[in-house]
Amino acid sequence: MSEVKLTVNGRNISKSVSDRTLLVELLREELGLTGTHVGCDTSQCGACTVHIDGNAVKSCTVLAAQVSGSSVTTIEGLAKGDTLHPMQEAFRTHHGLQCGFCTPGMIMMGVDIVNRHPEGLDETTIRKELEGNICRCTGYHNIVKAIAAAAEDMRAGATSLAAE
Amino acid sequence: MGAEGIGARVVRKEDGRFITGAGQYTDDVFERQMCAAVFVRSPHAHAKVVSIDPSAAKEMPGVIDVIVGQDIIDAGIGNLICGWAIQSKDGTPMKMAPYNVMDPGTVRYVGQPVAMVIAETRAEAEDAAEAVDVEYDPQPALTDFANYASGPVVHPGTADDNMICDWQLGDEAATDAAFASAAHVVEISLRNNRLVPNAMEPRSAVAQFNRAEDHTTLWTTSQNPHVARLVLSAFYNVAPEHKLRVIAPDVGGGFGSKIYIYPEEIACCYAAKRVGRPVKWTADRTEAFMTDAHGRDHVTKAKMAFDADHRITGFKVDTIANLGAYMSLFSSATPTYLYATLLSGQYDIPNIYANVKLVYSHTTPVDAYRGAGRPEATFLVERTMETAARQFGMSPIELRRKNFITQFPHQTPVLMNYDPSDFHGLMDKALAAIDFDGYPARKAESERRGMLRGIGFSSYIEACGIAPSQAVGSLGAGVGLWESAEIRVNPVGTIEVLSGCHSHGQSHETTYAQIVAHRFGVPMSNVSIVHGDTDKVQFGMGTYGSRSGPVGGGAIAKALDKVEAKAKLIAAHLMEADAGDIEIEGGELKVAGTDKKLAWHEVCLAAYTAHNLPEGMEPGLKETSFYDPANFTFPAGTFICEVEVDPNTGVTTIVNFVAVDDFGIIINPMVVEGQVHGGLAQGIGQALLEGCVYDDEGQLLTASYMDYAMPRADDLPSFGLDHLEVPNPNNPLGVKGCGEAGAIGAPPAVINAITDAIGTNDLQMPATPEKVWRAIQSTKMPMAAE
Ligand code: FES
Ligand code: FES
Repeated sequence: MSEVKLTVNGRNISKSVSDRTLLVELLREELGLTGTHVGCDTSQCGACTVHIDGNAVKSCTVLAAQVSGSSVTTIEGLAKGDTLHPMQEAFRTHHGLQCGFCTPGMIMMGVDIVNRHPEGLDETTIRKELEGNICRCTGYHNIVKAIAAAAEDMRAGATSLAAE
Repeated sequence: MGAEGIGARVVRKEDGRFITGAGQYTDDVFERQMCAAVFVRSPHAHAKVVSIDPSAAKEMPGVIDVIVGQDIIDAGIGNLICGWAIQSKDGTPMKMAPYNVMDPGTVRYVGQPVAMVIAETRAEAEDAAEAVDVEYDPQPALTDFANYASGPVVHPGTADDNMICDWQLGDEAATDAAFASAAHVVEISLRNNRLVPNAMEPRSAVAQFNRAEDHTTLWTTSQNPHVARLVLSAFYNVAPEHKLRVIAPDVGGGFGSKIYIYPEEIACCYAAKRVGRPVKWTADRTEAFMTDAHGRDHVTKAKMAFDADHRITGFKVDTIANLGAYMSLFSSATPTYLYATLLSGQYDIPNIYANVKLVYSHTTPVDAYRGAGRPEATFLVERTMETAARQFGMSPIELRRKNFITQFPHQTPVLMNYDPSDFHGLMDKALAAIDFDGYPARKAESERRGMLRGIGFSSYIEACGIAPSQAVGSLGAGVGLWESAEIRVNPVGTIEVLSGCHSHGQSHETTYAQIVAHRFGVPMSNVSIVHGDTDKVQFGMGTYGSRSGPVGGGAIAKALDKVEAKAKLIAAHLMEADAGDIEIEGGELKVAGTDKKLAWHEVCLAAYTAHNLPEGMEPGLKETSFYDPANFTFPAGTFICEVEVDPNTGVTTIVNFVAVDDFGIIINPMVVEGQVHGGLAQGIGQALLEGCVYDDEGQLLTASYMDYAMPRADDLPSFGLDHLEVPNPNNPLGVKGCGEAGAIGAPPAVINAITDAIGTNDLQMPATPEKVWRAIQSTKMPMAAE
């Protein structure tokens, strides 16, 4: 057993978990944060993507104990109260989801992609960066559009914040 | 129509929960006292089960129980069934072998369950599953199903030649006569590669037994919860129908693989009762690869006869269809009535004969996957057309145009009666969309860079909204294929729509609400859609075969007719007018030609206060419809794919892809386009990347995302879409269905394009770089010999 201390979506969590507990299991089963999904057992699909200290990570691939001390953001923690994150808005506006199962991972990955490309994004880059996330429903067409649109909105948002 | 009615590009109502992580999928169900189930699965494709010793497993930490096949048989739970009975051409019935939940004697595919371990946690159950000691006596396996007769027998005594059914459709003598007098004959032989549907949500089941009420609740990843309840109760004896509630909550994609009832769901219901606690099982991805029903898997030889003017006079098809180790729920229908009936394509073909042999093999059961039979038919027809055009030295566009059906309704020689579409119009739009006139310049430009450019066509037709019940019954279906809808108008005027269809990505909560908003002019936010729970909706047939629009939507429209009629009667009574003069517009009921009007909610309230209703009228405003359509619908389209192939590596890049479809009336263009995108991705996946590989011993070599090439974002292009809306005359909304089009039309377009680029017709799916490179080398052979 290990003592795990995490900040999850801004909340301090302290849990004793077995050494082999994966982060995704802790989130889903102990904390009830079922927005993070499990789609595979080989770290290939990205349905489980969350942010650890601001970086996208596949939560099925890390042990909970391993990330003790970190700050974790899941899909449930992305919106600010009732205000959706621009990436969430863009997925809705551009119909970037159908069954919704890959969506939390896609959105978390999308935010990370935009954060890592302050210079801007073109379609080829978005498609390349999305390689680790599988969607079976949308054919990616609208996901790519959503991420491109959100990148604009996030930049505009950042500028307006800076100007304040 | 209003901003939210039919035809409006409305963003989806369901998205709110999905983009915030508030969706509720089966694996998100956590009940008090819930325990975890893990299955022990066969590592052999074919083996006798000599013994199963669970004693060591039972001693492991957290283990509650271990269940074996015999326990389930002893509990009186029945075998799994195939629900569509067909006959061989000699009149003998198909040979359906016993399909136990967990066969105690023999295993017939890798991954078949032999025991179930129940433990406090999944990790403990997984550990204990390793400790269940199963002794197998491995036997040789049949995986090369094209040589079914010479392989090991899958079900001795039932089908000693491994043949389930030797089925035929069409007039063989007339077709042979057409060939005897043909000016040209074109032959083709091809394989339709075996695929795994790969919904991103793995299958999952949570069963809970309430001893006080002798009642079972099953949450499951199902495309048709009512059929699941019917089959689980009537055939498998899991629980009586009125004591069984099946809930299919949010479901993360299905594509056919979640139509069926699987051994694991049955075992979970049994286990929940036996251990007295809720039991959850969720597949991991490798289990999904091994046990979700696979799709396609045909080998076909065919020939097409033409007259001197290149008009098709006959089409003769011989197909062997692999159904795997057992007959899954609808497996017999897919390669027969859903395949051979579409072999006329968009063409006027006077004589067609198809012979389909359905065979067993030691592989995972095969059943309907997105498109189900129609992709196989379209691939064959469209590859044959392209081959013929090349053989004749003719433009593939001209050959198609010469043979397009132009008069509707059109009766084909293989049962279908096509409703109107416009095949020339689809081709015209597709050619414009891809800028066909600019193609030669693009090709020349590719050549300058040392690349091979090709263009490929596919003009598909499909049959959606399978119906009517009487017709499918006469063809062997075990169920009716109508759909139900109930419209409950509340006293405040908000509306609940209860549908027997099920949404697992198809956007029902939005498009069904649009139908209602369109009719009454009420805001969509005042309409909610209820589905997926047998305790809430009385009955329905679920969602597959693009039936949600034409059949499910049709049922809603019919129920709305009844609501509208009653609301008008009430309004007319209140305004002392004639019901025939009442018009509904913008959320108001108006007396035509006057300024008298009542708001929608005023009429609804009047229905419930019942203070002043027409003489003899029952209070309330709630109506039901069971809608059984008169015919299938026939969406059609032309897809054009332009590829660039690197001759040095064999890598194919899709540089342009356009899809122009006739889906009849479109309820929400945004949703329809999304459906097409998804289908195209699956069709292109089949053409370029995806395929199940079994080795000679029946091991599934493609059992994870490391081995099975799923299309990823950088494998696909952005698509160009256009539509032609020829309304369907046979259903109340004029819709045809759109869910499968992409998966049906894309594979031949892609392969036709690659074969055009590389100059050889001999290329099988998936067209991996290696295969394409080898095909290019083979065309160079004569040069090497020079
Ligand atoms: S579940 Fe983590 S990558 Fe698939
Ligand atoms: S929306 Fe269904 S898997 Fe992406």
